[in-house]
Amino acid sequence: MKKRKIREFLREWDEGNFDFTMETMGDLHQGPEDPGRLPPPDWKNQPLRKAEASEVKAFRALYPVLSVLLLVSVIGFLLITVLQLPPFNSADTPANTSEVIERYVAKGLTETGAVNIVAGIILDYRAFDTLGESHVLFTAVVAVMILLLLPEEEKENREEYRILHSDLILKNTARLLVPFILMFGVYIILNGHLGPGGGFSGGAVIGGGLILYAASFDRRRLQKVLNMNTYRLIVLAALSFYSLAKCNSFFCGANGLETIFTTGTPGAIFSAGLILPLNIAVGIVVSCTMYGFYAIFTRGRI
Amino acid sequence: MLSILWNNRIQVVAVVLFAVGLTTLLLHKNLLKKIIGLNIMDTASYLFLTSLGFIEGRLSPIVSGGNTDPALYVNPLPAGLVLTGIVVSVSVTAVILALSMRLYRRYRTLNLDEIYRMVHREQEEED
Amino acid sequence: MSFCVNFPLFLIVLSLLFSVISSVLHKKAARVLSLVLSGLSAAANFVLFLYVMKSGENVTYLMGHFPHPWGNELRIGLLEALFSAAFSLILFLTLLGGKAPLLTRVEERKGQFYYCMCDLIQASLLSLVYTNDLFTGYVFIEICTIASCGILMIRENGKTILASVRYMIFSLIGSGLFLLGVILLYDITGHLLMPNLKESVREIAACGSYRLPLLASMSLIIIGLSVKSGLCPFHLWMADTYGAAIPTSSGILSGLISKGYIFLLIKIIFDVFGTEVFYASGVHNVLYALGALGIIAGSVAAMRENNILRMSAYSSAAQIGYIYMGLGLSPVLGMEASLFHILVHAFTKPPLFLAAGLLSDSMGGAKKFRNLQGAGYVNPAAGAAFSFEAFSMIGLPLTMGFISKYLFGIAAFESTHHKMIPTLLVLAVSTVLNTLYFARTILRIYNREISPNHGEKVTVRSEKLYLLSALAFVLLNLFFGTAAKPFIDILAEGIAHF
Repeated sequence: MKKRKIREFLREWDEGNFDFTMETMGDLHQGPEDPGRLPPPDWKNQPLRKAEASEVKAFRALYPVLSVLLLVSVIGFLLITVLQLPPFNSADTPANTSEVIERYVAKGLTETGAVNIVAGIILDYRAFDTLGESHVLFTAVVAVMILLLLPEEEKENREEYRILHSDLILKNTARLLVPFILMFGVYIILNGHLGPGGGFSGGAVIGGGLILYAASFDRRRLQKVLNMNTYRLIVLAALSFYSLAKCNSFFCGANGLETIFTTGTPGAIFSAGLILPLNIAVGIVVSCTMYGFYAIFTRGRI
Repeated sequence: MLSILWNNRIQVVAVVLFAVGLTTLLLHKNLLKKIIGLNIMDTASYLFLTSLGFIEGRLSPIVSGGNTDPALYVNPLPAGLVLTGIVVSVSVTAVILALSMRLYRRYRTLNLDEIYRMVHREQEEED
Repeated sequence: MSFCVNFPLFLIVLSLLFSVISSVLHKKAARVLSLVLSGLSAAANFVLFLYVMKSGENVTYLMGHFPHPWGNELRIGLLEALFSAAFSLILFLTLLGGKAPLLTRVEERKGQFYYCMCDLIQASLLSLVYTNDLFTGYVFIEICTIASCGILMIRENGKTILASVRYMIFSLIGSGLFLLGVILLYDITGHLLMPNLKESVREIAACGSYRLPLLASMSLIIIGLSVKSGLCPFHLWMADTYGAAIPTSSGILSGLISKGYIFLLIKIIFDVFGTEVFYASGVHNVLYALGALGIIAGSVAAMRENNILRMSAYSSAAQIGYIYMGLGLSPVLGMEASLFHILVHAFTKPPLFLAAGLLSDSMGGAKKFRNLQGAGYVNPAAGAAFSFEAFSMIGLPLTMGFISKYLFGIAAFESTHHKMIPTLLVLAVSTVLNTLYFARTILRIYNREISPNHGEKVTVRSEKLYLLSALAFVLLNLFFGTAAKPFIDILAEGIAHF
């Protein structure tokens, strides 16, 4: 008797009629009288299905308990770890006394030409990271485009637009502020190697300005300048310039060649070799990305 | 004990923040709250990282007056790393928000359990 | 220094450049660019591999004018060159043969984005394999995460979007933990470049002032990367992800991306923590146990599955378990078996997923076994490819799978005795389970009673490219399966020089 049951079970399994997961998951949410779902035909599915259902139920019930246990153990472990770390606000931790920092600060000015040491680090010493970083932004834009890009321009609802873009206060504030925001962003980018600032922060400011402009006026105003085609071209140009310039400097560095870009006099606007052009490229990429996120999220197109 | 806690105060705060983020991520069913939890976790890491470089009384790492004595400035490397981290965090947040927008458009809810149920039902009808 | 050590730099920059260019091109042009890129990368990395083998030395390649510990670097060794050549070749063959599933599942106007993402995956895989800097590793892990999510979600149905959300959340937890581990390590050592980290770690392990933070950082980095590559308790998302994706993407995700993370993990174990510290910490025992658990859990889950793609996905979970089990087993022989198994799985899974997808397409999109009856007659090429790759997964002699099981067996015999018996037991049980679920599938697709939902019979002529890629996969598999000895020697030499 038992042997036959096993054999039949094996046959069912082999034919693929024996659905373990789907059935039980469904059962938890739907009653047996649900249309389109037949009650179990015979004894075969019964015992295992119950076991499965209780398994899933147990998982549901255990999940909060397990997560809390996990949380408590992870946090406890981390807290104990943290107490053994070098103290905060101390000059003689391994990170603050290492030879790495010494050279960055002591020779950064002469080796990279950048007064802003952080700019020198991210665009010269550790430029490969930053190259990857700007492509993270690009990857994210493409991923968002895959998800939210709408097909062709459909007929526009003029009325809706008139209502959406009729806020007088917003319009006038934007008219007043946007030029200054953009100018400030450009200043931050161009000043990146001389003081606080750089491509990422400046680009974010410019992106904010563009978003404010696009949100307060009819979007076709901005689209005349920045539509899908120009957007793609700008990003393409900035990122290719970035990659090629960095490729050149990596190649020269690894093979011991002199670069054509000199550090110049530190403190002058045209100094620090590639850092200024790279900052501009990064600024373009970041501002386009920020505006692109806004445009694709709100309207499905740039 | 208390003095050790005080010595490592920022790191402790960072770990607590990390815990808040992880709890939000694990125990909420709403996708948007999960995303917020992820962001809090990221922020905790950046707080931790920034705190490593700080030394009171030192200048920000921008050379002033041609004085390049390493003992004069704070550690510039964490700032660069945090910059990278923030950019990465912005990008992944955008992607996952776009994903949740798509889910919401289709299922009209952000509760992951309900979405899971509906996807399952669709799947059964398909088969 | 020969000119060919510049190849990794050129390839990475070229991949990034091509991905940006692809995003503005038409689908067909983007596809050609991707194929050219991965083919070129495979060839160039192979040349580099020959060069490194001849010179017998690792090359440190400066990314800029500053050596470690100040500037970014790449490190070009035997294993790095070999694995990136293999990964590029697999990407090339998968894209070559994987055109048909893309046609019906990706919207026409978004086709170029798929290849753009593939180029980014190529760039990040190369960087993950070659990098000599932990933080660069983190940045490219994130590129890899977003790009792999991209090739997953481009099939825009509800199930796939949900799977992408889960994939993304798990991946982000993984990279968050990885980042935290890197920060801890930076805090106690003050370095980010691997050679300096290794020195500092050795000092810390010897003098013992920051031992607990070191252990914490090691665990965080390892947990982070194993979450992302789907080790046992985290393998649950795999079935949804790989089962819901386009078969081409499933192949790339399971065959390449998870392997990229695992290779980075192995590199970190060797180059950052050092094998002595790693095998003294006890973390390897956890990896061993989870790996063995993953093999059994994955195989059992695959047995219970009635959907061909999800079954292959669970089988991937089991294979990942093998790799981690080898890592935990022993530093030399176990590692060798793991590295070989990375290649086995990378060469076997993408064609398996492709064949499964084509079989399902030839039966009108059916995925359940009962509707796949006789699919092997409707699409003979895919049926044959599926059967062969299944044999390799089971580990029949002459295939690569056999060699890796043999290596695991050897490693088990050489290891300590309380790991020998469990390892052999797990190997035996998993082989039986593998055989059961693959044999059932093969018998089903070669059943004479063809189920009524089948489409038109697929002729050989209509799918020349697929045939080419499947044949190449089979031949490579047979080649490595029969001429394995010199190859294993190369792996051993690579481990010695790591």
